[in-house]
Amino acid sequence: MSEFILVRVVVKIMVPFILLFALYVQMHGDYGPGGGFQAGVVFATGIIVYTIVFGIRRAVEAVPMTAVMAMVCCGLILYAGTGFATMALGGEYLNYSVLDSADPVHGQHTGIIIIELGVGITVAGVLTAVFLVFAERRARR
Amino acid sequence: MTDEYSIFALVVLLIVLALVVVRLTSLLAVAILAGAMSFILATVYTLLDAVDVAFTEAVVGAGISLTLMLAAISLTTRHEAPWRGRPAERVVALLVSLASGAGLLYATLDMPLLGDPAAPANLHVAARYIAESPASTGVPNMVTAILASYRGYDTLGEVAVIFTAGVCVIALLRHWREGKA
Amino acid sequence: MNVIDFVMGHALQWGSVALLMIGLYIVMTRGNLIKKVAGLNVFQGAVFLFYISIAHVRDGTAPIVHEDAVLYANPLPHVLILTAIVVAVATTSLALALIVRIRESYGSIEEDEMAKVDMG
Repeated sequence: MSEFILVRVVVKIMVPFILLFALYVQMHGDYGPGGGFQAGVVFATGIIVYTIVFGIRRAVEAVPMTAVMAMVCCGLILYAGTGFATMALGGEYLNYSVLDSADPVHGQHTGIIIIELGVGITVAGVLTAVFLVFAERRARR
Repeated sequence: MTDEYSIFALVVLLIVLALVVVRLTSLLAVAILAGAMSFILATVYTLLDAVDVAFTEAVVGAGISLTLMLAAISLTTRHEAPWRGRPAERVVALLVSLASGAGLLYATLDMPLLGDPAAPANLHVAARYIAESPASTGVPNMVTAILASYRGYDTLGEVAVIFTAGVCVIALLRHWREGKA
Repeated sequence: MNVIDFVMGHALQWGSVALLMIGLYIVMTRGNLIKKVAGLNVFQGAVFLFYISIAHVRDGTAPIVHEDAVLYANPLPHVLILTAIVVAVATTSLALALIVRIRESYGSIEEDEMAKVDMG
């Protein structure tokens, strides 16, 4: 699709905003609709639209496959690791109240933000990786 | 009440689109109609006050799902082969789906009516979540609070499922032997 | 009970049952694997719709704290379906990846042609 200059210019302008919107959805998930799942999907959409327009080669230069696979793992590790951190601090697995010894409500809020970040990273990584391997397969035909 | 009428109209539209999907043989059209159905579903969810679910359905169903379907179609085939089985098989399939539908319809007669605040699903644990979750987590969006805190184990399992599915797709489709990708 | 209230209260449930039947029919009668996956998507959409209809509360608002709100929709089904949608797309992508591999080794994604290759 890279022969259409209009598409290229519009997508080039839009991609940073899509990624920024993903971060907004991620961080604003506590106060409005949104959260890690949606943010991850929106983030992946940004990379996918870039891949569709500019081709897999340039996309892999911008987002290397190893980095995407690292994202897939890091999100889950961050989530599960938070559980172990709360255990180390003396609570039950995934009981975020112990994250802030003075104010359990603040601890809960902190825990929720970390967990949502883990969810977002894994979902973004998985969906990006899935599309990139499909596109790679197609490019090798 | 007007909300409910527009919901019914949209659901009728969904059923019509699903019937069109049954008839179509162009997989490209099937994928695009599936995306359109996701958008309509997202609208229905918004009218039913499920804003988080609507957001997810809109980005997932109309965005990612459609793109992945198109990617798979571009790697396989664009047209479904015409039906070559015996007509009796179709009749049996129709009878089976009608029978299961009839069973489910019979079961819905005992269900509480749409929007009933005294329905059993809205009385027990849900009332506690609504009353307590904003104060005990400091998060105004109850869906996020329940997702991440009250049902944190559940979500951990779901993330693990997504992780596993992603790893399986990478293992299935990546060309490993040629080295760099 | 008034008949109109009864029909209005159950219409959405009946609609999702109808969608579910159509999805099941597609899965059973189509030999094309991508079409089958599309049928499964219709089927799961019907289940999600049914679940969300349970959570609806008349005159309620979305479950986000707001001063003017008195009644909220039930947030629990929302949580379950929200995660289910994302899990569904992950498993759908796995199914599509398998279909791509099947096409590469069988040369077709129609069930009867695959059976022919298996028979030799």
